[in-house]
Amino acid sequence: MQLYRGHVLVCGGTGCVSSGSKKIQEVMANELTKQNLDKEIKLVETGCHGFCEMGPIVIVYPEGTFYCQVQVDDIAEIVSEHLLKGRIVQRLLFKAPVTEEQVPSYKDIAFYKKQHRVVLRNCGHIDPEHIQEYIAREGYEGLAKVLTTMTPQQVVDEMKKSGLRGRGGGGFPTGLKWEFASKSPGPKKYIICNADEGDPGAFMDRSVLEGDPHSLLEGMLIGAYAIGADEGYIYVRAEYPLAIKRLKVAIAQAEELGLLGDNIMGTEFSCQLHIKEGAGAFVCGEETALMASIEGSRGMPNPRPPFPAVKGLWEKPSNINNVETYANVPVIFLNGADQFATLGTEKSKGTKVFALTGKLRNTGLAEVPMGIALREIIFEIGGGIMDDKKFKAVQIGGPSGGCIPEQHLDTPVDYDSLIALGAMMGSGGLVVMDETSCMVDVARFFLNFTQKESCGKCTPCREGTKRMLEILQKICDGKGVPEDITTLETLGAVIKNTALCGLGQTAPNPVLATLRYFRHEYEAHINDKKCPAGVCSALLEYKIVADNCKGCGACARVCPAGAITGEKKEPHEIDTSKCIKCGSCIEKCKFNAIVKG
Amino acid sequence: MADNVTLTINGRKVTVQAGITVLEAAQQNGIDIPTFCHDPELSKPGACRICVVEIKGWRNLPPSCVTAVTEGMEVETESEAVVEARRTILDLLLANHPQDCMTCQKFGDCRLADYAYRYGLRKTTFIGEQTNVPVDESSAVITRDVNKCILCGKCVRVCAEIVGRNVVDFVSRGFTTIVSPALEMGLGEKEAGCVNCGSCVAVCPVGALTEKNMQGIARPWEVEKVKTTCPYCGCGCNFDLNVKDGKVVGVTSNPTSAVNGRHLCVKGRFGYDFIHSSDRLTLPLIKKGGKDGDFVEVSWDEAIRYVASRLKEIKEENGSEAMGILSSARCTNEENYLMNKLARVALGTNNIDHCARL
Repeated sequence: MQLYRGHVLVCGGTGCVSSGSKKIQEVMANELTKQNLDKEIKLVETGCHGFCEMGPIVIVYPEGTFYCQVQVDDIAEIVSEHLLKGRIVQRLLFKAPVTEEQVPSYKDIAFYKKQHRVVLRNCGHIDPEHIQEYIAREGYEGLAKVLTTMTPQQVVDEMKKSGLRGRGGGGFPTGLKWEFASKSPGPKKYIICNADEGDPGAFMDRSVLEGDPHSLLEGMLIGAYAIGADEGYIYVRAEYPLAIKRLKVAIAQAEELGLLGDNIMGTEFSCQLHIKEGAGAFVCGEETALMASIEGSRGMPNPRPPFPAVKGLWEKPSNINNVETYANVPVIFLNGADQFATLGTEKSKGTKVFALTGKLRNTGLAEVPMGIALREIIFEIGGGIMDDKKFKAVQIGGPSGGCIPEQHLDTPVDYDSLIALGAMMGSGGLVVMDETSCMVDVARFFLNFTQKESCGKCTPCREGTKRMLEILQKICDGKGVPEDITTLETLGAVIKNTALCGLGQTAPNPVLATLRYFRHEYEAHINDKKCPAGVCSALLEYKIVADNCKGCGACARVCPAGAITGEKKEPHEIDTSKCIKCGSCIEKCKFNAIVKG
Repeated sequence: MADNVTLTINGRKVTVQAGITVLEAAQQNGIDIPTFCHDPELSKPGACRICVVEIKGWRNLPPSCVTAVTEGMEVETESEAVVEARRTILDLLLANHPQDCMTCQKFGDCRLADYAYRYGLRKTTFIGEQTNVPVDESSAVITRDVNKCILCGKCVRVCAEIVGRNVVDFVSRGFTTIVSPALEMGLGEKEAGCVNCGSCVAVCPVGALTEKNMQGIARPWEVEKVKTTCPYCGCGCNFDLNVKDGKVVGVTSNPTSAVNGRHLCVKGRFGYDFIHSSDRLTLPLIKKGGKDGDFVEVSWDEAIRYVASRLKEIKEENGSEAMGILSSARCTNEENYLMNKLARVALGTNNIDHCARL
């Protein structure tokens, strides 16, 4: 085996690829050859590091130097300075927000320091298109142990002992799910992976698929052995072309090495895995809709029971878990359930990957132990709120979740505490909002999403979310009446109680949660016809503060509606009947003379 | 007994067969739970949610049509929470439904109206967007008004599961979801594949699918329903002739039909206009005055005598093989048997056939 004195890891995740990492790889390869370093330094294309905002990311080992937002023009310098002369290129290092301090090492960056990577253990470290790199990181050892030393029942018991709960949102104990499927009679069973990651902003599953596809395959195979399945499907959305490509490569490589297919590792156990590309419907992430879609029908949920463990894909017993759940499995069997269960809280074991987005300084993927406080995630890993603004709320659990205000930020994050707060773990989307976010507008945004993605099957979801959305729109337009709040609450409660699937039952959550914590904002919109955050344009009025106005005329020149008039060097005025509330004048004014409210 | 379970519905203890649904248990005990999407002949989608009930200890209000009974279950079918949920669901359905009941063909036989009446909903409390799709008149026999559709999906299932044509299905998402043939074709377009059997009309609980030929002719309560056997072929399907003022104005399914249930073909359901057609022959005609003569109405006696004498003459002059009988698929088995006897015994020929089907 060829030994290298150093490694250059270039991120090949979707985020970095879109910011140009493919070109960087190409130039880096040329540069290494040019400097005769190609025998000494190995160039590796890895999966996602999670810090996509800082991409393209290049990490140099053995030092662990983290270069961010690397451009093609920087490559020559990295090669000649760092790789040849051993001098770190300071200007490309990550700068800590606020302190502006340069952080040379990957592991010292606040974003990574607090993380505990189990699911993402290999993401960003190995080349996902080479199975040997996964194997070198103890890959497929868990499967080997399972197939050669454990009975299916022992596998189920070990899973139950680990306390792992489904990472797709529901939080159902995985071991129990496997037990149901294993006890379901029948010669034909299916193992299914839900990789239809649909929550806006969530991309942890994509990262695993792109950065460490074998951990999913290994997890699925262990599950298949436990329940007695000999065939499986990975339902992955077609919008993830890179993930699909890497999965295909991974499946082919695993088959070639006898780790997938017939008589895996020379044992009696055989299992085939197929990829099914989804067409992008959000509802296909719901397990019964997902199975309908694999079967070739329209993706629409069906009532449960019967649960998939009894009657699943093609009416055969099936087990469905999501990507993140399966990616935890190899670790559980490698190190033992007891070791796994040391992380997390009493009822929520292990880690959870969160997708940090919104008004945060550091956005990206962060994997943290269950039980960590939201405050730590937002203010330490996430680096706090952008532009020193004030934190307002965090939407957790995607469009089906709810928002959590400042006073609950110290609650330990686990499945049950989040539900008690009116939110949910969901797939782990975290959207942070600051004082400039209007909570009515936020609720409207999420409801608009769920309404558009409703499958249309059950009345409460199809018709109910539409009417709730119309009421929210009306409130944002300044046409709300006090009864609207009661209507939203009763309608929300009926939808929660009567909708067919999880999507419908949780659709009112963003509205109900904002009503719970930010009722005063609704009341301000309805009673005072004001949007306190200054977002809902129908409720805004732009005014010029005469004392601050120097009469420079900049606002009048930029106004596209000709709404601003005034003599030179005299305070100007805005004709509110002409004003279209575009905000151009505020941006242009150097004297803070224009206010909205 | 293990095959039975005992549960309480509205405070009443009932013992029913294990494995049936709460809805079936209620129906068996004379307790009416409203349904839109449920149909005993079709698969159970649990979609409309109007049949929700309250079950002690359950988190949500489960739909009774897909919830199996269990021992000791305590069910309330008209509790406060249930009624509020049903009223809300009806309110939501009415909010996206034209309020043109006066001219609706389904007036008087509409489930939506029945339940609105039962739960005292005069009109919707929501003001907002409504589905606005042109009424599909492309079919020769069916009017498809998507705006009246409550998306119960019975038409989709009857077409797929009973008729086997799969002509319509759900398309689009969210509020814009409608039931439509592929590629938003009209029902009457050839490529849509509709065979005009009208089974979808028979199961539609509202006025979204109606028989074209009954429109503006009769209200449901004005017609007398006369159960009869279809005269077209030997299948022996039964249905109800809808009779108003002594005239057949339409055909509707009769679920008690032993052979066909509610299902019919296009002929049985829509092919009755001959009954009162002015072109219909009601008396036999004989052409008088040679080859270029005219057909003249005669009595049955005269006609039969004429046919008998001509057959005799032909047999004597040209032999039995000069004759043949073409019978009809519209005849009963007994009638065709007699025609066979007539041919082979009376006329002495094997030349007999019939049209096989119409």
